[in-house]
Parts: sequence; structure tokens; C-alpha cells
Amino acid sequence: MTDLTNSPAAGVPRPKHGTLLTQDARTAKRNAAEKRFQMYGMIAIGIGLLMLLVLVFTIVRNGAGAFQQTFITLDVQLLEDKLDKNGNRDIEEISKVSTFGYSPLISQALEDKIASANVQTELSGKQLGDILSKSAAATLRDFVLQNPELIGTSVSFEFLASSRVDGYLKGRVTRDSIANDKNISVEQLDVVDQLVESGSIKKTFNLSFITGADASDQRPESAGIGVAMVGSLFMMLVVLALALPIGVAASIYLEEFAPKNWITDIIEVNISNLAAVPSIVFGILGLAVFINYMHLPMSAPLVGGLVLTLMTLPTIIISTRASLKAVPPSIRDAALGVGASKMQSVFHHVLPLAAPGILTGTIIGLAQALGETAPLLLIGMVGFIASNAPDSVASGLLSPNSAMPAQIYEWAKRADPAFYERAWGGIIILLLFLITMNTVAVILRRRFERRW
Amino acid sequence: MNQMTSVEKNVNTQDIKISASGVQVYYGDTHAIKDVDVEIEDKTVTAFIGPSGCGKSTFLRCLNRMNDTIDVCRVEGTILLDNEDIYDRKVDPVQLRAKVGMVFQKPNPFPKSIYDNVAYGPRIHGLFKNKADLDNIVESALRRAAIWNEVKDRLNAPGTGLSGGQQQRLCIARAVATEPEVLLMDEPCSALDPIATAQVEELIDELRTNYSVVIVTHSMQQAARVSQKTAFFHLGNLVEFGETGQIFTNPEDPRTESYITGRIG
Amino acid sequence: MPVLWLFLIIVALSAFGFIAGRARAYQSAGGDVRNLHSLPGYYGYNVALTALVPALAVLAVWLLAQPMLIENSVSKMIPDEIIAEGSNRSLVMSDVRRVANGLDLAVSSGAMTNDEVNALSTDTSDIRATLGSIGVALGSDVSPEVLAAAQSYRSKSYTGTLVMTVVVLLLAIGGLALAYTRTHKDFRARNVVERGVLGLLIIAASLAILTTIGIVLSMLFETMNFFRLHPWTDFFFGGTWSPNFRGDSDLSILPLLWGTLYISFIALLVAVPIGLFAAIYLSEYASNAVRSIAKPLLEILAGIPTIVYGLFALLTVGPMLVNVFGRGDQGLLGVEWMSGATSVLTAGVVMGIMLIPFVSSLSDDIINSVPQAMRDGSLGLGATKSETVRQVIMPAALPGIVGAILLAASRAIGETMIVVMGAGAIAKFSLNPLESMTTITTRIVSQLTGDTDFASPETLVAFALGLTLFVLTLGLNILALYIVRKYREQYE
Repeated sequence: MTDLTNSPAAGVPRPKHGTLLTQDARTAKRNAAEKRFQMYGMIAIGIGLLMLLVLVFTIVRNGAGAFQQTFITLDVQLLEDKLDKNGNRDIEEISKVSTFGYSPLISQALEDKIASANVQTELSGKQLGDILSKSAAATLRDFVLQNPELIGTSVSFEFLASSRVDGYLKGRVTRDSIANDKNISVEQLDVVDQLVESGSIKKTFNLSFITGADASDQRPESAGIGVAMVGSLFMMLVVLALALPIGVAASIYLEEFAPKNWITDIIEVNISNLAAVPSIVFGILGLAVFINYMHLPMSAPLVGGLVLTLMTLPTIIISTRASLKAVPPSIRDAALGVGASKMQSVFHHVLPLAAPGILTGTIIGLAQALGETAPLLLIGMVGFIASNAPDSVASGLLSPNSAMPAQIYEWAKRADPAFYERAWGGIIILLLFLITMNTVAVILRRRFERRW
Repeated sequence: MNQMTSVEKNVNTQDIKISASGVQVYYGDTHAIKDVDVEIEDKTVTAFIGPSGCGKSTFLRCLNRMNDTIDVCRVEGTILLDNEDIYDRKVDPVQLRAKVGMVFQKPNPFPKSIYDNVAYGPRIHGLFKNKADLDNIVESALRRAAIWNEVKDRLNAPGTGLSGGQQQRLCIARAVATEPEVLLMDEPCSALDPIATAQVEELIDELRTNYSVVIVTHSMQQAARVSQKTAFFHLGNLVEFGETGQIFTNPEDPRTESYITGRIG
Repeated sequence: MPVLWLFLIIVALSAFGFIAGRARAYQSAGGDVRNLHSLPGYYGYNVALTALVPALAVLAVWLLAQPMLIENSVSKMIPDEIIAEGSNRSLVMSDVRRVANGLDLAVSSGAMTNDEVNALSTDTSDIRATLGSIGVALGSDVSPEVLAAAQSYRSKSYTGTLVMTVVVLLLAIGGLALAYTRTHKDFRARNVVERGVLGLLIIAASLAILTTIGIVLSMLFETMNFFRLHPWTDFFFGGTWSPNFRGDSDLSILPLLWGTLYISFIALLVAVPIGLFAAIYLSEYASNAVRSIAKPLLEILAGIPTIVYGLFALLTVGPMLVNVFGRGDQGLLGVEWMSGATSVLTAGVVMGIMLIPFVSSLSDDIINSVPQAMRDGSLGLGATKSETVRQVIMPAALPGIVGAILLAASRAIGETMIVVMGAGAIAKFSLNPLESMTTITTRIVSQLTGDTDFASPETLVAFALGLTLFVLTLGLNILALYIVRKYREQYE
């Protein structure tokens, strides 16, 4: 208390403060700074939200087109002397006719259509044929092979238009932009205009984009994301089957049984660091271990699933531990108090109570895995997969497949801008999956959230 | 201590510094302060006592509008400081708080050096002309808070490194450095040990020569030791307000008596 | 797929064991459950697990070890002479595997019988043509040594798999029998099962360690192979990156590291101010209603897959920047500074957008963990909110925020898709943000996609790059987590 005896406090003059009702100049300046500072915060939030808006807008504007496709309706004469010379409807013999045998039929149908629609044109049959997709003949052949009894009749058939025509109807291709385009000419667009007027060419919903397989560089109009979806589904099944049990088991051990020692510490540090390892490193691991060392096949959903499992495991472990930790000790004590073993208290009481939280974490981990691309590039899941839905589903975990994000990347790399529309469309589908999964997770959390 | 404080209990008639009338405070739907009228004199220590949750801290925080920082809190009634309504639309809480300083329950030094802690107020309010001036302000504030001798050799050490009692006196120095006219103290000794408490109590008595001090305390002995006026709050009501000596020896209200004799609280 | 069948058989055995074990326990107790030491289910689990776990463990180890062992022994059959100039042993071995797989296919498709395959010789038949006819294309004619090695490879694989099947089945049946005979009413089944389950839990927990070891080892071995083929001085100190698949490449990490750091720097330049101010606004100013809407909306940005950002960079932001900074007179500024859509700026800005919520939610947590008493103390002295934030909260939260920024930096350095699509492929040292540059992750992708030949330095360099990336990001993470943890302790 020596301070007090020699303290100058007693002699300090009374401080002078002005009235409160008027703001002094300094306070005004400080309040202006305060306003500015608050404004910076609002601008920052605004920029963030604006970016989200721009992103969503860009995706929807560029991707919506992929869900519509231009078709040309033609009445094709399935001439018996071309398709089944002997007339005995033997499927073996019919299948000997290649797509070249069908092309003249389609050309004829197109010419008939143009004549009946009173379209004046000087284009040759070959040039007119370019309006159609290159897949038209193959589509017709498949149809005939399935319905040989229709040979000899006239069938009304919807053919895919070529991607340039499709782009023209969607506004992507304009008369100016095709000046140097070998694939389409202004004359052909004139014909298209008139056919649109007569109702033979129209845009309809594009189911085959959602269910179909990727198509070659030449035929963006028939590329679909269905097969890649199946590939993603397989990978998610592998991830779910491995990551969930292993992740839950690891969490239970670390949270409930592990003694506090340096080994446990190392495991914990390890897990939190693994969660932040760049995903591409997991791809390198997959390539080196699963493919180069274990000789599992390239491009297989099994390998992709294994890599993504390793990648999502830390996420699942972290969220599972959090939900185990949220179960109050009183529950464990209650179970132990009636004579349950530690293991029984965990499996009978703690785990069921933590289940909603674990499920939420797992769904979020799966969503993260579903959107991951980089590691898949390294294990070759970007191959061109042509087999269509029923075959690809049947072929399972070990045959080559693609995945949604890898397929989108593949399209984005291609030269033809028509594929960009597919890429954006693919993103819409991918995001729909992610939104659904996250919504389910949020609902689960809301529904089962428990305050102890 | 007691012999010292008992000598001081000769309260002169003083100017009214703060005058509150009809104050109501709501936290959302909870009616926390019910129609409180109180007059706080200058150069006096006024103690607010009462059981926990009686609203004494809430009322204290109304006096420098600290309740503004709580979204759900709503204040009604008038509180005049030098005859100016502090809840007037034109009043800037920033200016008000420069005039009505506050010391909190838990010592809360900033994670800065001792010097910067004390210089914080003068810096933001622009109360000094040059570095030497600021040094003087810091020194005199630390002296007034009775901590100068303990810290003068380590002004650049972090304020968080001091002991609890030292931290609280540092916080008082910090509040004093802004040259306030009223000093509000919200249970300033509740986190301190008895020795540190004694130091702070002595300091409060010293501060009375310059400031109007309002102290919230849950300790009746403390109120009796340091204050000249005492207000007893119960369930959001101001039950009794008067000379400290009278409240503790001859309370008018039976509730005050029950509390002082330890039957409620 | 015999392994799958084997697996199913073991699982079936184990399921049978469960029922049998439970029934036996029941019987030994004379039908009265109260006479049993444990609940009847535990006796079942005991039998099931004893049958299942050892067999599965051996199966897994065997599947991992067999290829390596066979590879080693077959590789010894190939004399050094037949390894052609410019080729190496692992290339020849991949030929051997391909021939062996082709022969397998020939047998399974019925083109040849097993005996025919074993009697096959290069003198009597054209193996390349034979295999070609069933769809297995070989790059060159098959030499006698390779054929012999392939035949041995096949027979060893066949024997190995056969022995594995037998061993695994015996283990399963043996385990089942052992546990079944031990099942008795006084047997402490619960304790045994619980000890077993605990063991399984421990194994699951150590998988995280295994993954890390796997990552480090797989990259370390290949990196060592790389340094055997390529001087390490060039990798660390050279100045040029120009892979050349005919060999003689310059493979220096420095230009890639420069591109990586430059792009990350721009990304942080975008993300840190925006993220930090957003966090400050959300935690100090925003009302509950605003916070409950703006925070999840911002966090959506973090949940969007990086491929979407990559596409956004390549097809939207890149062309937009070209419109501003390029295209000469047709451009917005009338300048010709930018030629292509890919550039450091493109990738950096888009990556910055991706990192905004990352920085903001981490900083938000950290700012919120600054005790309210600090704010009260400052406000009570008459400071404005912004003064409180800048002079009290920020200094208090600084270590935590530095940690958050380091975590964001580690994200930026390891990010792949945005730079693959938005940054370009040219490795160089340049300060111009409008030029294309390339990064470590982009080069890993380009060196490891397509035909990978694990014997050329051009492929192996990817592992050295990957290891560098791993060490770099791991170091940043450990540092950041350490700082954040220290910071949290301060206020707990």
C-alpha cells in the first residue's frame, strides 16, 4: 500500500467533458470510420454472395441447353429389297446390312420431307444429310434389328439433328459464327429454318443426356452422362461399404477405448492432417499402390472407390467422433451402472444415440467424394465409355467406367464448344445430387438434433 | 480496513451526478428491471447490493449504455447524467462511455503490454498531445490505481501476465486513464483473493475524491466498507436506497432486513 | 472371380458358425439361458468371428503379397541380354504380364486348352498372331524367354491362388471347428468376443496411420527411382521444366513451384480480405437473421466441387478477362496483354472465390472464441466497434487467423482442378499475372495421365513432385494446427 501514500491522486484536477447532446468533431470522425469499416464488411459479404449468384446463374444459363435436344422427324421407308433381300426376316441376315445400307433410306426420307414441305434448295443429298447427326443411320439400324417385322413399311422416326443445327436452334451457333465452319453452311441453315417452320424440326426434352453414354468427338449431340452416373454410383457404394464401418470403428476406438498415450496422439494428429492432404496425393497413392503394385485394373470403379474411401475416411472419423463426444457421459455411466460391459454400453447405448450425427457426417463425406475429380484423373477414370446403360450397369466394379466429375472434365477439354454445354449440363446434374445429399444431411441433423 | 472506512462515512450533501427515474429493462420477454428511481451523487461511492439475478448488474450496465451491445435488451425510462438524458437519440454511446467508465467482474486486460492497456483509452479518444503527455497520463493512471510501483519496471510486459489483483487494478487504471466522471464497477472483487480485494477496496475509497463511483457487489460487508450510499435490489425492484449506515443498521423494508440478516439471498 | 466366391464362402461359413455356436451353447446350458456365462449370441459371435477374421486377414495379406513374390521370382528368369537397349526390366515384365494375361484369356475363351498353353513354344506357333485373334494386342513378337517367363508366371499364379484358396478355407473351417468345440456354458464368450472386437477397432483406427505410411512409402520409392534416373540437383536447383518423352528432359521443380506460389498468392489476395471482413461482419455486426442466412449461403461456395470452379475459370472468368485485358481494339481496355483464357489471374481469382468461405468460417470461429470480456472492456472505455475489432479483437485473434490463412494457403497449393483448367501449361518464371503458368499439381496430372511408363524419369518425376507437395502442405498444416491449438488453449 506504499503506492497510496505517495499517490498524486488527490491533487488531480477534475477532468472536463463537454455536453453529451452534441457530437464533438473527433467522435464524428470516429463514427465515420466506424461506418466505413462496417461497409467493408457488408461489401465483403456482398462480393461473396454475388459470386455465388454469378456461379449459379452461369451454370444454369450455360447448362440448361443440355436438357433440350433438336430432333428431325422423318418418315423412313424401310425398303425390303435394301434391308432384307431374301425376305425371310432372318435376324442374322438383316444384321449383315451395315449402317451404309441405311444411309440412302434416310437421305431419301429427308429429300421427301424437304419436297413435301415445299422447301427450295440447291443442296445435294449429301449436304442435306449433314443436318442430321452422324449417328442417325446407326440409330435406325438398331431400331430395325429390334423390330424386323416393320421392314417393308414406312416408319415415322425422330432423328437427332447435328450439333451445329442444335446449336443454331439454341442460339449458340449464328449465321455469322459459321463463316469458317466446314460442318455447316448458310444454305443448310436456310433449309433448317424452313423445316422448323413446317414443324419437322423441333427441340424436345433430352432424356438421353441423362441416361446415355458419352459419344465420340464428332457427335456431341448424342453424348450423355448416364454411364458416368453409374460409375459414380458404384464408387459411392464402395466408399459407403468401406468408409462407414471402418470410420465408425476407428472413431469408437479413439473416442471410447483408446488410452491417452503418445500412440493415440500420433493417430489423432495423423487423422487431422490426412483430412487436409491434397486430394491429388490420394490419386498418386491409388496409382502406385492399387494399380502399379496390386495390379487392379485401370479405370475401375473399385479402384476409384478405394481411393475416395481413403480420402473421405478422415472426414467421417472427425464427424463421428464429434457426435460420439456429444453423447453425455451420464448415458455411459447409466449403462455401466446396471452391469453392462464397456463394449455393451458403447454398442447398445452410445452408438444408437450418435447414429444421426454419424449418418450426417457420412453423407457430407460422400458428397465430398462424389464431387472429387483430381484423384480419378490419375487412376484413369476419364476413359471414353461407349457402352450404354444396361451393359454398363451389368459390367460392375472392375470394368472400366467414368465418373460424373471426370466426364465433365473430359467434355470441357474437347475442342467442339457443343461439348461445353454438355459439361455445364453435367454440372447441373452433379449439383442436384450434392444439393439433395446435403439437404438430407441438414434435415437429419434438424430432425434428430438433441440438446442434452 | 474497517477502522479506515468507518472514519470516512461522513457524507456531505453533494451534487446529483446521475438521476434515473422510471427505468424499465426487458431482456426479450423477461422484465429484468421494474420501475427503478435512483439518484447517484458526485464524489460518493454508491453500492448496489442484492441477491444474484436481482438486476443490479443490469441496472449498472444501463448507466453507460453497455446494454446496447445486447440485441434483445430494451431500456425504458429516463437516466440523466448532469441533467442530460443519456438515452437521447442525439447521444453517442461512445462519447457517453468516455464520461462513464466501467470496470468488470473478471479482470479483462487486453492482450497487449501494460502500457498499451492503459494508453488504449487516451489513444482512441485522442486525449494527449504528444508521447511525453501520454507517458504522463499512463503514469498517473497507474499511480491512481495503486499499481505503479509494481509495474513501473515492466511497462512493456503483457498485461495478461499479471496476477489477478494486479490485473484488476490495471483495468481500473485503464478506466481511469480516460478521465471519466463516473466509474461503474461490476463486482470488481468477485474474482480476487482477500488480499487483492483489500487493495482494490482501498483504491475505491481513494477514487472517491475525484469520481462518482458506483459499485455492484454481492458482499454486504464490502458494501458496508466502501460505500456511503447503498441501494438494495430484489427481483428487479429497487427496494430501498439510502445512507449505507442506515441501510445496514436500521433498514426500513422487511426484505432488506431479511437479506442483511441472511434470510434471503 | 474366384476371390469373390472364396470371400462369400467364408462369410457363409461364418454365418453358419454363428447359428451353430449359439445352438450348442443353448444345448450345453440345458435350454436354460440363465446357466450360460454370457448371452447365447456371444457364443455365436465367437464362432463366427474365429472363422471369419483369421481367414480374411490371411486372404488380404496373400492377395497383397502374391503378385510381388511372383513378380520377383519370374523377373529372375529373364536374362539381362534380352533387355533391349533403352528398355529395362520392368518394361519386359509388363510384356510378360500381358502375355500371361493373354494366355489366360485364350484358355477362358476356349481358343486353347491349358495343356496347349503349357506346351506352347515360339518355334512352333506365332504367339502374337494367336493372341491378336482373341483381342490381345502385343507391341512386338514374343521372345522365347518372355514366353517361358509368362508360362511360369501363369503356373505360379495358378498354384499360388490354389494354395491360397486351400489355406484360407482350412483356416476358416479350422477356426470354426475350434471355436465350436470350445463352446460350453462356462466358456467366457463375451470377454473373448469383446477382446476380439476391440482388436478390430484398433486395426480400423490404425488404418489412418497405414494410409499415411502408404502415401509416404509409395511416393518415396518412386522418388528414389526417379533420382536414380535423373540428377537430383536438376530437380531442386535447375531452372527449366521441359519434359521430353524421348528422354534427356529438364525436370526442375522451381518454375512449377513459382507458378504454384504465385497463383496461391493471388488466391489469398482475393480470399483473405473478403473472407476476413465477411467473418468480422458476421460475428460482430450482423443480426441473427442476417447471419443465419448469409453464413450458410457463403458456405455453399465451399461445398461446390472444384471441377465446377475449373469450368467456371476456363469458360467464364478466363474469356471475361481476355475481353478486358486482351483482344486489342475489340477489348474493353483496348490492350493486347492477354492472349489466352488460361492465366495466373484466372486461376488465382477463381481459387480465391473458392477459398472465401474457408477463410471466413475459420476466422469466424476464431473471432467468436475471443472472450466477450475483451469486447466489453473495450466498449466500456468508449471505443467504437471498429476500434474494438481492429485494436483488441484482431490482435487477440491474430495467431488463430494466421493459422487459418496458412490452412487456406495449403488448400491453394494442393488445389488441382482449378489450375489444371485455368492456369495453363507453360512452366516459366514470370511476374506477369496475365500469362499462362503451370503448377505442381497440373504437372502431376499431365505426367501421370495417358500412357504411364514407370521406368521413365518423365513419369517418375510426378512422384517426386507429389512428395514435395505432400511435404509442403503437411508442413503448413502441422504449423497451422499447432498455432490454432496454442491459440485455443490461451482462452480455455
